[in-house]
Amino acid sequence: MVCEMETDQTEEMDIEVLSSMWPEDVGGTQADNNQFNVEKPAGDSDTLKEVDIAEKRTMADLKRLPELMNTTDQGSSQLTNLVKQWEYMQDHAVKLLREELKILTKQREEAEAKELKIIEEHNFETQEPENVPVLDDTSHLLRRFKHTKRDALVGSKRVEIDEEFDTVAYWKQKALSLEKMLEASTERERRLIEKLNESLKTMESHSAPVEELTQNLKRAEGFLHFILQNAPIVMGHQDKDLRYLFIYNKFPTLREQDILGKTDVEIFHGGGVKESEDFKREVLEKGKASKREITFETDLFGSKTFLIYVEPVYNKAREKIGINYMGMEVTDQVRKREKMAKLREDNAVRKAMESELNKTIHITEETMRAKQMLATMSHEIRSPLSGVVGMAEILSTTRLDKEQRQLLNVMISSGDLVLQLINDILDLSKVESGVMRLEATKFRPREVVKHVLQTAAASLKKDLTLEGNITDEVPIEVVGDVLRIRQILTNLISNAIKFTHEGKVGIKLKVISQPSFASEEQNGLTETETSVWIRCDVYDTGIGIPENALPCLFKKYMQASADHARKYGGTGLGLAICKQLVELMGGQLTVTSQVNAGSTFTFILPYKVATSDDHSDDQDFSDMVDHHQAEPDDTTEGYFQFKPLLGTIYSNGGPVIGNSNFLPHKVMLTSPLKIINGFVADTSNNTGQSETAQVENGCGYMDETCSGQRPESVNQYENGTCPSKETESCSSSSQASSEGGALEMESDLTVSSKQPKLLLVEDNKINIMVAKSMMKQLGYTFDIANNGVEAITAIKDTSYDLVLMDVCMPVLDGLKATRLIRSYEESGNWDAAIEAGVDIKTSENDVHSTNRLPIIAMTANTLAESSEECYANGMDSFISKPVTLQKLKECLRQYLH
Amino acid sequence: MDSLVAQLQMQYRNYVLSLYQQGFLDDQFTELKSLQDDGSPDFVSEVLSLFFDDCVKLVGNMARALDQTGTVDFSQVGASVHQLKGSSSSVGAKRVKGLCINFKELCEAKNYEGCVRCLQQVDIEYKTLKAKLQDMFNLEKQIVQAGGIVPQVDIK
Repeated sequence: MVCEMETDQTEEMDIEVLSSMWPEDVGGTQADNNQFNVEKPAGDSDTLKEVDIAEKRTMADLKRLPELMNTTDQGSSQLTNLVKQWEYMQDHAVKLLREELKILTKQREEAEAKELKIIEEHNFETQEPENVPVLDDTSHLLRRFKHTKRDALVGSKRVEIDEEFDTVAYWKQKALSLEKMLEASTERERRLIEKLNESLKTMESHSAPVEELTQNLKRAEGFLHFILQNAPIVMGHQDKDLRYLFIYNKFPTLREQDILGKTDVEIFHGGGVKESEDFKREVLEKGKASKREITFETDLFGSKTFLIYVEPVYNKAREKIGINYMGMEVTDQVRKREKMAKLREDNAVRKAMESELNKTIHITEETMRAKQMLATMSHEIRSPLSGVVGMAEILSTTRLDKEQRQLLNVMISSGDLVLQLINDILDLSKVESGVMRLEATKFRPREVVKHVLQTAAASLKKDLTLEGNITDEVPIEVVGDVLRIRQILTNLISNAIKFTHEGKVGIKLKVISQPSFASEEQNGLTETETSVWIRCDVYDTGIGIPENALPCLFKKYMQASADHARKYGGTGLGLAICKQLVELMGGQLTVTSQVNAGSTFTFILPYKVATSDDHSDDQDFSDMVDHHQAEPDDTTEGYFQFKPLLGTIYSNGGPVIGNSNFLPHKVMLTSPLKIINGFVADTSNNTGQSETAQVENGCGYMDETCSGQRPESVNQYENGTCPSKETESCSSSSQASSEGGALEMESDLTVSSKQPKLLLVEDNKINIMVAKSMMKQLGYTFDIANNGVEAITAIKDTSYDLVLMDVCMPVLDGLKATRLIRSYEESGNWDAAIEAGVDIKTSENDVHSTNRLPIIAMTANTLAESSEECYANGMDSFISKPVTLQKLKECLRQYLH
Repeated sequence: MDSLVAQLQMQYRNYVLSLYQQGFLDDQFTELKSLQDDGSPDFVSEVLSLFFDDCVKLVGNMARALDQTGTVDFSQVGASVHQLKGSSSSVGAKRVKGLCINFKELCEAKNYEGCVRCLQQVDIEYKTLKAKLQDMFNLEKQIVQAGGIVPQVDIK
């Protein structure tokens, strides 16, 4: 950019208000600029020769300008205008002068005519010589007058003489008067001449146009300078080689000679120069004026953006001779605009991100919904399926022929498998959808290990040794989600047993220091709580896992190989669930394995250390252990072994009550026995009693073909009436082989012999009917309440052992009713219930029990939220609907000891 | 005579299987049947007649609640739907239950048109089921009259 803003060197220019668009430091001081830039107009050539410009602003090249004016259309038309204007003014002046001249001429003619007459009179009458002063140049006029003297004479006045004609006096008088007239005439003539000269002089001065033109030009130029000097504009003209011929407002540090005759590229270096050059060339070629914004990045003036206007210039022959170029610096504007654009862009980006986020949220919600849906569906499938399996189990206790029994066994095992699969899916989707909540309960790791092994041993059909090894530093009680931990252990153990054909399977627990993958925030463990990391190894001496199968081991629905899947079955979900559960609890699950030597699954989990003063208050199985009066050393025992030897189930000296190792679908603990006690005891006067007991315990001897018993009610029992039972004996083979064991149990069974009192709170008649039939099958009867208020009334009057409570009921729902019952248990009065509007008539014979009444919710929804709600309202457990025999049985087994 | 029994039994078996296959019934019905024993030989038909009485009553309630000019009390409709859902789930009336689940959502969404549509479907569905089960019981009766025993149907 060649230009320069202050082309002027005059002092006034230095103080012009417009800030330079050039950086202040460019070009040094103004004095320097002056030195560089002062350039007197190069010359007065051509048409502007006479123009005297007093205060010369710096025109870059005055020599070229006139040339330009001469050669271009614009130049010539401008000059033409100027000339036309001048001609018009001159014409006007001439016209005025002519008019004046005409008047003067007329006057003079009159005067001359008069003079002629006088002269003639003299010639005629006085013979006076022609002494009339006559201007030389009027002689011709005189001659002309002579030609026409006769005409002129006709009208001439005569001099009036008073004297008598032809007397001396007369002539004298006449002469005198004539003389006077002559004098006057001469005087007039002189004045006229004077006037004429004066007019001529004026005319002369008017006739010079240059002076006026100069003035006009000066004014025009002054105006232009005034405007342009203050305008942040660079103007220039370049020839068709794009060499500068003229420049106005050039860059201050450049001198004229640095610019004129050169091209942009020769003058500047840096970004944008080439572009502007190309742009100018393009305009030149296309012949069409155009604008463009170009950012320059030069050493000379840094980064500046110019809006450039370029138009082609033609000569009179319509040939292109160059371009006119005008540039305006718009750096600030561009910057502002860019800022705006950026803001707008940011805005758009933000909006896009927002919508993206919304979309993601939407997708996540959809996914969650899908998973929820899966969970719900699985649940819907599970409930009836567990019913089917439960029914089948009950069916297996009836009298069946051999073929039926075989079919039934297939049915049960298939059902179990599907149930397991659905449970796995349900667990997995719960974990994945984040619905799964961990519950912190206090538990004893040793007992967990022992029970997992016991359970595994109970269904063991192989010659394996199961062992548990817990180091001394493992705390007796820790806090964690015991159900989940048990689930993991059970899963890993059953896996290990599945793939191990001989040798042993075991669990090892030890305390380790905090692993590297764990950070403090994990698990919400704060500094104040003491936590302990326990490493649990589940090892076996089984077939092992090839190394290449390890990576997909924890993936869903994957097994080490298709072969394994065929051979060993299983859903392929177990390990995936274990891993997810472990990770959910903030731990890590890993595996090491050697083919044909065995595998070790290791999980590391953090636990909070339980403070020793408060007691475990949860209903889970550690309580069960307490209930069945665990051996005193149970809590600290560090080693268990379960060997597949008849008669020695527990190495730590547990009661020998028969070999449970081959008992299908049953966990051989003491608690299930107690359930049986529930009705067996009632029938203690019945001879079938011993057989009944013995069936439960002894059917293990019969391996898979165990026959069962079916308690059968003869009558339709009404609520609360005590059922009489007719127990059918099991098949003769079972009876025979288990005689001894049954007798052993007898004394035990007769101890607890009370029919438990149950209350069913349910508003749906059909549900009541179905539940009643199931209870009947299980050998129980129960009272019925149709809503929470009826339930409270019933509980007030009767001491129950267990309440099954529907959650959703009219009048008073199960949750509220439970809260009120709990409040009664705490306070010993029904004030809260009365306050809540329950009409209670307290009477003397009210049963007051401070024992906690087990209340089991019956809910249509098993997702963690609703179960939590049940727990939060004081319920002890819940059964999902529809209620099946199996679920009912498990629940009663747990709560009725 | 025996061939008649066998034929009836076969017919019965196929009929019951078709009820499962067409989704009228689910495993809960099987459970229900398993609860029927010599002590309560008519258990299933008792429960079912109770169920269908319930259906008539509840569908009537829903229709009345939905027929209100002005504002419809969706919670009232929902209560009936909940009842029906519980009952149908207990007897294994799979299709009715499925409709009830949808119906409940529509109630919660206060979707009037959806509710009306659903109600019509429920009405059709339970009547269809009733007719089908009627046929089933008739078959059972015929078998018994012919001196046969009603076979257990293995739904697998």
